[in-house]
Amino acid sequence: MTSITVQVNGRAESHDVEPRLTFADFLRHTLRLTGTHVGCEHGVCGACTVLVDGKAVRSCLMFAVQADGCEVVTVEGLAPDGELSPLQQAFRRHHALQCGFCTPGMLITAQALIDSEPDLTEERVRDVLSGNICRCTGYVPIVAAVLDAAASGDRKR
Amino acid sequence: MRLSAQTRAAAIGLARERVEDLRFLKGRGHYIDDVILDGMLHGVVLRSPVAHARIKSIDTSAVLAMPGVKAVFTARDLGETVLIPLRAASLPGYERSFLQPPFAVDKVRYVGEPVAFVVADTPYRAEDALERIEVDYEPLPAVTDWASANRDSVLHDHAGTNVASSYRVTRGDPSVVAGADYVRSERLRCHRHSGVPLETRGLVAQWDAAQQRLRVWGAAKVAFANRRILAGMIGLPETAIDLIEVDIGGGFGVRGEFYPEDFIVPFAARALERPVKWIEDRREHLMATNHAREVDCELQIACRADGTILALSGSIFVDLGAYVRTNGSMAPSNTAAFLPGPYRIPHFACDVNVFTSNKTPIGSFRGPGRFEANFFRERMIDIAARDLGIDPVEMRRRNLLTAQEMPYDPGALIPNSATSPYDSGDYALALSGVIAASEWDRLHALSGRIVDGWHHGVGVACFVESGGAGPRECTRLRLADDGTIDLYTGCSTLGQGHETSFAQICADALGIAPEAVRVFHGSTTDLAEGFGTYGGRAAVMGGSAILDAARAFIEQARPLAVGLFGSPNEELVWRDGAFFSADGMRQTNLAELAGAARMNGRVLDVEGAFNNTKLTYSYGANVAHVAVDIKTGRVKVLGYWAVEDVGRMINPLIVHGQMIGGIVQGLGGTFFDEFIYDEDGQLLNASLADYLLPTASDFPSINCISLEHARSTTNPLGVKAAGEGGIVAVAATVANAVSAALAPLGVGINTLPITPVRIWRAAQESMTTTATSGSQGN
Amino acid sequence: MKPAPFDYLRVHSIDEAIAALAEHDDAVILAGGQSLVPMLNFRLASPGLLIDINRISDLARIGVTPDGLTLGALVRWHELESSTVVARHNPLLQYAVRHIAHYQIRNRGTVGGSSAHADPAAEFPAVALACDAIFSLRSARGTRTVTAADFFRGALETALEPGEMLVAIQFPAWPVRRGWGFEEFARRAGDFALAGAIVLLDYDADGVCADASLVSFGAGDRALRLTRAEECLRGIRLTVGALTEAARIAAEDCEPKSDMHAPAEYRSALLETLMLRALNAAAAPDRRTVA
Repeated sequence: MTSITVQVNGRAESHDVEPRLTFADFLRHTLRLTGTHVGCEHGVCGACTVLVDGKAVRSCLMFAVQADGCEVVTVEGLAPDGELSPLQQAFRRHHALQCGFCTPGMLITAQALIDSEPDLTEERVRDVLSGNICRCTGYVPIVAAVLDAAASGDRKR
Repeated sequence: MRLSAQTRAAAIGLARERVEDLRFLKGRGHYIDDVILDGMLHGVVLRSPVAHARIKSIDTSAVLAMPGVKAVFTARDLGETVLIPLRAASLPGYERSFLQPPFAVDKVRYVGEPVAFVVADTPYRAEDALERIEVDYEPLPAVTDWASANRDSVLHDHAGTNVASSYRVTRGDPSVVAGADYVRSERLRCHRHSGVPLETRGLVAQWDAAQQRLRVWGAAKVAFANRRILAGMIGLPETAIDLIEVDIGGGFGVRGEFYPEDFIVPFAARALERPVKWIEDRREHLMATNHAREVDCELQIACRADGTILALSGSIFVDLGAYVRTNGSMAPSNTAAFLPGPYRIPHFACDVNVFTSNKTPIGSFRGPGRFEANFFRERMIDIAARDLGIDPVEMRRRNLLTAQEMPYDPGALIPNSATSPYDSGDYALALSGVIAASEWDRLHALSGRIVDGWHHGVGVACFVESGGAGPRECTRLRLADDGTIDLYTGCSTLGQGHETSFAQICADALGIAPEAVRVFHGSTTDLAEGFGTYGGRAAVMGGSAILDAARAFIEQARPLAVGLFGSPNEELVWRDGAFFSADGMRQTNLAELAGAARMNGRVLDVEGAFNNTKLTYSYGANVAHVAVDIKTGRVKVLGYWAVEDVGRMINPLIVHGQMIGGIVQGLGGTFFDEFIYDEDGQLLNASLADYLLPTASDFPSINCISLEHARSTTNPLGVKAAGEGGIVAVAATVANAVSAALAPLGVGINTLPITPVRIWRAAQESMTTTATSGSQGN
Repeated sequence: MKPAPFDYLRVHSIDEAIAALAEHDDAVILAGGQSLVPMLNFRLASPGLLIDINRISDLARIGVTPDGLTLGALVRWHELESSTVVARHNPLLQYAVRHIAHYQIRNRGTVGGSSAHADPAAEFPAVALACDAIFSLRSARGTRTVTAADFFRGALETALEPGEMLVAIQFPAWPVRRGWGFEEFARRAGDFALAGAIVLLDYDADGVCADASLVSFGAGDRALRLTRAEECLRGIRLTVGALTEAARIAAEDCEPKSDMHAPAEYRSALLETLMLRALNAAAAPDRRTVA
């Protein structure tokens, strides 16, 4: 067991973990932050995407021990309690989610993109989101929601 | 009784933002892997690594001593052999029993078949233990396609054959092709793929020994039917079992059927008297959850010179996989039944042949049989139109059923099922709609031309799509203390948004705001009886049951209102969620009724139901514009247009979302998704790196129009199925478009999926032929 | 799909990493983990020890000298994607990196990890081969350098010996008169390519092709330099005919394999098409970096 401390959504979390515990399982089962979803465990579906030190990464391809000392944002940290971020609102407006399983990964990826790149084109949004699989929506409303949120004045979460 | 006219604006028809989004967007959804119980253990399934073998021995002795391991289960622990029954209507031949036991007994018949179940304190340790179970397999020849099904070896010894079913359906006299000016036969093939929801399956089971009660979380689709199956297999009364539905990450027909694990996990929890969780991993999912769609077809079309279709006849050959699963009859029977489609084809026949093979068993995947049948038929029509020199749109117009022909009886085309006439519709209207929306004439002028090295093509296809009939569906309405309504439905929600749309139906039925209705779904704990969600039935059956429950609710509330008013019964009028006195001067609303009920020591709690044996038929037409690079085989879908008449939309936002989502899923099934087996029956691509699903960058231009032209006559809401119409004509439309693009090369697409290799090879062969014959025009 | 147990060691210097490698013969280096961790999750690999080099800041640098561009083994794809230095000093590399996997993978994946993994369809090894990059390998025995051609031995096989770790990759300076082309064909954006082609064409002051570098990837067990095709371009003024002939020879010389995604004959034809397109791109005036 290794002792780690991770800042998750602004809170310091200290735990002893087995080296092989994936970061996704740590978030979900140790911290019970179950908003981060696991869809493939081999780095293809993107449902487990979280921000680690500001970068969108797949939490199934990291071990919890590697996150020691890192700052992490999960879907639970995208907006204050009881509120929806502009991006979350845009997702709702555009019906950009159905079953909701890909949604946390989509939101984290799209928020990272919006935060880091001005002047997004549809092509760029589609390219970036191509690492997140959605089986329900056909992506059309998701892309529309991201472009809508990016174009609105209130870009930041 | 009578419902007076509501003055409140209707909620049905509103593009209302979804209620469930609030929790999903915040990461507060509650999916099966989010269910955590005290003392919960974790199970993993040992699956067969070989396609066909006798099990000589299973040695689990090394496992029990491993850290954290609590138990190992195999077929031996079940005592006598239990089998998972067929839920859907049977097919001739299925009585020989090709049913699957929870654990392989004596023999394994596909890669991925459950052999053992290990329970440990963590999933990590359970997986460690899997590696230490020793199974001695004696290999048998693998049957990997229907053509060799009668040669290699028999899967089910007691049945003595790999032919699971064989029957013929007809209407008219299909031998009447003598008068035909034109007859053509083709072989076509649809490939094996499946729904692949983003959330894999999972279950948590808990045995309450004191209460002798089994609770199972993770139910989906048909919880009530699955409870009945589980009760029969595990030897408990239905009333001692709760199946509880939590949020579900997509279903598409494959999620929620009764699988081996649906028995194994509760069995283990009962045996251990500890809660047991099992979460399918993605690799397992691709080899364990139902496959679909693999069917070959030999089809003959007979027409007059003017394009009038006289007859359609042929055979289909369905690869069932190793067992008949709960709905293992749906795809074969529906493929045959939907071959005639929306057309006036007086003479039709189909020989249905269903074969077992050493592959994962098949089940229903969104639009079962329709996706396949539309592809076969619409290709035949395009081929005939081209041969006859008739415009493909015109050929379809000539043969589509008209509004005057409704209701239209398609005949008895599904064994052991009642016939169900096409209820209503103006099929040519949908075709005209998509022709206008896609600017067909402009695109058609491009078809077959080369622009900057890309071969352009445009294709069209029409479809009719059944949905929404029995068994009976139920709804329960309960008045909460604050005057809001709790609505419990027997329907399951796998992401469609019933918490939003069902509230809209209930709101109109009671004349209240949809915000005043909370919807609970899918669990057997909510209702005495229910059925589930599949085949486009939730809005039709569940929605109509809400109307019945609302009527019952008002009737049950009336005596309370009488008490409050002190007036005789008949003077009270229900309007806008309240009883009004006859003069309209006094009223009592739901909150007051709730108070009155409380005072009387009662709760207003009623059930309603809807039963209906007739199907609804939505219909529509699609157009695709593609560009093909024959050097690489790349196909770009430059534009996709779809028009579908769903009769009436409860929530246009949701209907539209279903349509776009279905189309892109269908485009995936047309170009990418494919289970690839080798000749030994090994599944080669059990990962999402190799089993390709469409991504955000693949199909950017999808355009949908939903019509509310012809309401269904089968249900009081007038709604038709809206969840599967998006996907059903996609392969048909795209294959016609690609074939149009490559027509100058003499290439037609009769085999799915449309891969770069297939395109390239067909173009190569065509050019080789051309070079030799020198006859190819352009 | 949970990994088998392993020990974990986080190191903060190259020396520490090398010492740990020398001590444990069942240890592997964990860099970005974007290829290794899926293999662990599938239990296709089960090393006894993971040596995590992610905190070695010395390995994360992009350096520029007159001799060229030096990438520490821990440089991540997204840094190459957005680097103006890389855009100036190796535009091919930046362009190719944008084709690697997906956004999240590029945020984490490293040049060293991809090289050590040596997937036959990976873009980076192919670019390294085309550019004659030099790989620096360190072990307790010291440092040695090998060329890209010698580093990549086959599918998932490299020149790395037990106890040895890849620390840097050096790309020679980008000549002033160079045209380049990069073409790959994948089923979907971000997938490993069914085949890919890279072309570098160096011109002399008179516009004669002084040197050529042609590489195929994704078609065989590793990226291949197509020397016979290169030879027929050297010392001539490029014509449509010459490029077409070079593409044909290139396709003839690569040895594609059949797998479930595509048969060899398709890959061979695809490679010829892609090579010709890459050659045309490299020969086009707008792809020439004339100072």
